[in-house]
Amino acid sequence: MLTDSVLTVRELQMTFPGGREGLRRRPGVKAVDGLSFDVRAGETLGLVGESGCGKSTTGRMLVRLLDPTGGRVEFQGQDITRLGQRELRPLRSRLQIIFQDPFASLNPRQTVQQIIAAPLRAQGVATAEIRREVRDLVRLVGLAPEHLERYPYQFSGGQAQRIGIARALATRPALVVADEPVSALDVSIQAQIVGLLERLQRELGVAYLFIAHDLAVVKHISHRVAVMYLGRIVEIGDKAQVYGDPAHPYTKALLSAVPLPDPAAERARERIVLLGDPPSPANPPSGCTFHPRCPQAQQICRTEAPLLQIAGPGRREVACHFPQNAAH
Amino acid sequence: MTLLQVRDLAVEFSTAEGLVRAVKGVDFDVERGRTLGIVGESGSGKSVTSLAVMGLHRGAEVTGSVDFDGTELIGAPDETVRRLRGRRMAMIFQDALTALHPYFTIGDQIAEAHREHFGSSRRTAWARAVEVLGDVGIPEPARRAGEYPHQFSGGMRQRAMIALALSCEPELIIADEPTTALDVTVQAQVLDLLMKLKEERGLGIIMITHDLGVIARVADDVLVMYGGSAVEQADADALFTAPRHPYTRGLLDSLPRLDAGGAQGEEAALRAIPGSPPSLLSPPAGCAFHPRCPLYAAAPQAACTDARPPLVQVAPSGHRSACVHPEVASPC
Repeated sequence: MLTDSVLTVRELQMTFPGGREGLRRRPGVKAVDGLSFDVRAGETLGLVGESGCGKSTTGRMLVRLLDPTGGRVEFQGQDITRLGQRELRPLRSRLQIIFQDPFASLNPRQTVQQIIAAPLRAQGVATAEIRREVRDLVRLVGLAPEHLERYPYQFSGGQAQRIGIARALATRPALVVADEPVSALDVSIQAQIVGLLERLQRELGVAYLFIAHDLAVVKHISHRVAVMYLGRIVEIGDKAQVYGDPAHPYTKALLSAVPLPDPAAERARERIVLLGDPPSPANPPSGCTFHPRCPQAQQICRTEAPLLQIAGPGRREVACHFPQNAAH
Repeated sequence: MTLLQVRDLAVEFSTAEGLVRAVKGVDFDVERGRTLGIVGESGSGKSVTSLAVMGLHRGAEVTGSVDFDGTELIGAPDETVRRLRGRRMAMIFQDALTALHPYFTIGDQIAEAHREHFGSSRRTAWARAVEVLGDVGIPEPARRAGEYPHQFSGGMRQRAMIALALSCEPELIIADEPTTALDVTVQAQVLDLLMKLKEERGLGIIMITHDLGVIARVADDVLVMYGGSAVEQADADALFTAPRHPYTRGLLDSLPRLDAGGAQGEEAALRAIPGSPPSLLSPPAGCAFHPRCPLYAAAPQAACTDARPPLVQVAPSGHRSACVHPEVASPC
């Protein structure tokens, strides 16, 4: 474990029970299958992957909105994997979450004042202090005090996300799990919210686990990046390594699939087009789960799942029998 | 002859809160074998424009001219439009699961379109369905034609919808955010397929999207929409290398990029456009972008607020921009 780590995750698992089929129960779905990673104080770890890879399930387990079926989550040195709701409450002030849909995550019958005050009230902060804090928070996220008496429907998507961010930051958390916080927003607004999250990190020292499918946004905001495929991390490391010199064939393919806003570059580009769709976690392939789509797959890939291990210099780790970064 | 010629297209809806002018006079052409990209944020009017072209606007007041290969569609009898729609011009939607009927097999839905437009026999229509499913890269098309939409994965469903659009050999395809719901690796497959079909069959394509990367990948010509109007129009290379309208520039500056700086060190801060897109119920006077415009903020001009600036040519090769600021408005 790293000494400056605010969150330590080891062998985390989530198996959702299978549905019934007559008298029998279908086997469970392994949405997350043995994740291990750390988030350091004040940094942003980006968690990227395609739909169904388990990234949102991971985020929900970390704040205990879902109970993991295996593995361990340590937050600031304390094992929170099996804490009950009452024991979790004091921790919630330091471990917060921001959701994708700002409107679905704000109570439509509460004013902005009530929404942002809720976490402070839950922590037993005095009423007079709450008023002052809430006024500071709305300014901090770029809203005005006159917004406090309004209701969520009176705001645009970008402004509503600012309210969600103010609520998450109200109790000065050490870590915020941000689950696709900008993917529902228009491009011009997305840049405002990304800028806001970055400024808040500089000013408050908060760490983010930034979950997203948009590789360009993750590259912009993250210090380190973890790439997920079918419930597992296939590559994790500093942003410069993962984006500049990807080692896993899936990371390479993913990066080459993103269209660049530059027509000349697009025409010149060599693209690794993967065949088929991501497989279903209900019925994962044998061995390395990426092997049916992998252009480099060999015999061993069909039978043996590769472990996440150090590849080349730095602390980049990759789960591949044949890593492809420049150092290899 | 130009395949599709749209002139001064305007679309208005009356709502309980008042009149919404969703599209305010848009002009564009689509040529055979070329892709026109229409890019804009939510509420820019890009989807309404495409629905109006297809005659799929419910309860809206549509004015202007939509000329499809010599046939005027605005004000034409329903029967005229119905005979073209699905036959010579077809549409691909974002969400294949809602666009396809859940109770009928994929093959039945494609065959039905073919029978409707060509009066073909069941057997011929089914054979055609299997053929186009194969054309769009669906493995084992004869078997998959007998399956229902829910049995297809997201990418395969999108291919099935493209097959449905292609079944009657259209000349124009309008694709409204066709890959937005797909993962990037699957998006790459679907975009490649559309580009291949354009080249092989000389299709005209209108690609509507909010994603400038998708535009750069597939579009030959680009129309940028904001608040119901076209603010810039250019070929794709000119638009991305030398954008003229401050909104287009702002949009490009606010994009996080995979291909710039950063990989070895710090990222340049994103230059976000301040404020939000305009309300269509109470749009700003004059240029809809002026409340967010850096040029207006630096040097406000009466012309920015007096009237909506027209699209004027700003460079050779038909690059047009709708901005009155002198550094934009003067041709280079």
